[in-house]
Amino acid sequence: MGGGRIVAGCLAPHPPHLVYAENPPQNAPSSEGGWEQLRWGYDRLRASLAEVEHDVLVLLSPHWQTYVGTHLLGLPHFEGLSVDPIFPNLFRYTYDMKVDVDLAAAIHDEAAAAGLDVHMMTNPEFRVDYGTITTAHLTDPAWSKPLVVISSNRSRHYYSVEVMQEMMAELGKATRRAIEASGKRAVVLASNSLSHRHFTAEPEVPEDMSHEHITSHAMHLWDMRIIDHMVGGRAQRLLDEMPEFTEQAIAETDGGGLTWLMHTLGVPSYPAVLHGYGTVIGTGNAVVEWPAWKHEEAVA
Amino acid sequence: MPVHPHPLLAPEANEGYGRLRGAFEEAAKRIEESGADLLVIYSTTWPSIIGHQMQADPNPVWNLVDHDFHDLGTMHYDFRIDADFAHAWRDAAEKRGLSARTVAYEGFPIDVGSVVALSLLNPGNRLPAAIVSSNVYANRAETTVLAKACMDAAKGRKIAVVAAMSLSNRMFTQRIDPKEDRIHSLKDDEWNRKILEFLGDGRLEDVGQLSRTIHNQIRVQKVVAFKPMWFLSAMNDHRNDLTGEVLAYEALHGAGGAVVHLDPASNGKGDKEYDEENVEVFGGDRGVLDAVDDGGDQPEHRPDVGHTGPALWDPVERDDAVNSEAAPKPVGAYPHARRVGDMLYLSGVGPRQPGTNRIPGGPIHDEAGAPLDYDIRAQTHAVVANVERVLKEAGGRLEDIVDVTTFLVDMERDFGGYNEVWAETLGKVGPTRTTLAIRSLPTPIAVEMKVIAHLPQ
Ligand SMILES: [Fe+2]
Repeated sequence: MGGGRIVAGCLAPHPPHLVYAENPPQNAPSSEGGWEQLRWGYDRLRASLAEVEHDVLVLLSPHWQTYVGTHLLGLPHFEGLSVDPIFPNLFRYTYDMKVDVDLAAAIHDEAAAAGLDVHMMTNPEFRVDYGTITTAHLTDPAWSKPLVVISSNRSRHYYSVEVMQEMMAELGKATRRAIEASGKRAVVLASNSLSHRHFTAEPEVPEDMSHEHITSHAMHLWDMRIIDHMVGGRAQRLLDEMPEFTEQAIAETDGGGLTWLMHTLGVPSYPAVLHGYGTVIGTGNAVVEWPAWKHEEAVA
Repeated sequence: MPVHPHPLLAPEANEGYGRLRGAFEEAAKRIEESGADLLVIYSTTWPSIIGHQMQADPNPVWNLVDHDFHDLGTMHYDFRIDADFAHAWRDAAEKRGLSARTVAYEGFPIDVGSVVALSLLNPGNRLPAAIVSSNVYANRAETTVLAKACMDAAKGRKIAVVAAMSLSNRMFTQRIDPKEDRIHSLKDDEWNRKILEFLGDGRLEDVGQLSRTIHNQIRVQKVVAFKPMWFLSAMNDHRNDLTGEVLAYEALHGAGGAVVHLDPASNGKGDKEYDEENVEVFGGDRGVLDAVDDGGDQPEHRPDVGHTGPALWDPVERDDAVNSEAAPKPVGAYPHARRVGDMLYLSGVGPRQPGTNRIPGGPIHDEAGAPLDYDIRAQTHAVVANVERVLKEAGGRLEDIVDVTTFLVDMERDFGGYNEVWAETLGKVGPTRTTLAIRSLPTPIAVEMKVIAHLPQ
């Protein structure tokens, strides 16, 4: 086919707190709001994505953790109840999801051809991870688009950030090739936070924002430095600093999502748009968009 | 016991998986014969962040599919959980200073390790069961206190306690033919066999003490730390003389999986060699959120310890004694200082505040003896201020000090901070100085100074 392209890439973190704060009908617990800075960030991201037509969301979640290769959801439909194992008091969400199995299979094949160990997940009783559900909901609350869901290979923990980056570079390029060949217009989503040191206690009212702040000044400085690289159009610099950032900020970039995202976008040198930043139980989260359609029009 | 789904879902795929399955069945039989009336599972595949979580859904039901091994099939479960015990455990944990909560939600994702444990060790839900998470930030003290809280809640019930964990946990990163399964590396295999030799000899506490070393040597880092041995050892009074038997040891996609039976009956050998502080109450970092309420995490806001420390005395009076209302009261029968000619000899001075007996920078341990985080800089500043008060009473100043002997209870931790404050204060005046490490001081303070001054005429 050919003619497909990535219209936008997004850093789209998945704190279940944001869904909880929003009180959507799919989520059982109810709240009085909270984490507005980040939720407004998602409002701006959704408004921005509404401006560009797209057919599919391609998402990598650090909470589908696989040690034996990289896996992709391989059935057209999944439904069920997603309960966050760490914050079950906040997130018990009934989901109903469409999967673009053709595109998933195409990414699988491209990645396999590039030498990665990849597998299609075809057990219909599989429960989709809560990171995927959260990011998908926050990006597309109507669940109007089919998804491609890619697991997070744990090579960072088996080997190092460097090995993780090499594998995610290959996976990112394979993802891009498969999308281009598919004829589809895709939004790619890395579902992870930045600095990732949590508080280990929760306030009586979880959405009591008087308790919400970054866990330490060092974490704040790291987050700001990374965001500065993003909005400054310095993706390569960001990748170069990834090992240090991932280790020192205990960042959730360890799951490979951000590295993968940068390579799906061809390591962009144009500036990203920061839609919002905020902390969730002390961890740093940014909603960021690389509006590829505005910068790659000529090439497409 | 191992946490992989293979012995449950595919015991026939490899002879080793089959032997593990047999060992699970043998262990289940022994649990039944032991007369245990409660099964407690500590699972490394259930990580938590907000303290420890206890499962409290009396009847959790789900179809579980493994994230990696989804092709092996689905684990259907329908368990009986002792919710009352879970609540009692949580209460006991909170009493001991831990953060803990119960979870009872339909569809809560019970972890693979716990599902394998309950399915194979507790067929037909014979025993009421409890499952606890593994907190990703928990250290040994916290894990030990969690075990003690479990025993508090058990109130004499007979517990069979299960650690759901791998030994070496490095798996092959690609699919393999199950028939070809083996331990990932010779190094992992050698460490696993060493651990099993210890456990076979009933040396549980030794494995607990080696836990960090083992984790660094043969474990993939991050969440799944080698903590369950701390839990098991604490549940067994930190003993090294249990009766151990390795029922099986096999590879599970490269990871080391063993079923080991540790009977608390003494094997008559070995000894209790527990040299870490046997902590009863957790006094760790769980006050993070409270810090906002009381105006920042200044240790100054710690509670006073005046009521529980040694009794306070009025300073001994005599002609040449120098006693100050502005200095903290002595903890024995002595004056604050004595004047001999031009020389002033001070009794040991600590950081306690006159009147309130508060310790700036916070006490070094709580009433129960559990260590607290404290600020050596604040304590040292307070000592210097107290010294200055006594000197002032005698008509002197800091500049008059000629010699100081400082006592620190933790030289390694505190010398740097103390030395900084010294440089800013007495260092500018220039007395001679000797700094010693000692075991403890009579109040929960970290620093005390013995001062000699030469007063102006
Ligand atoms: Fe996460």
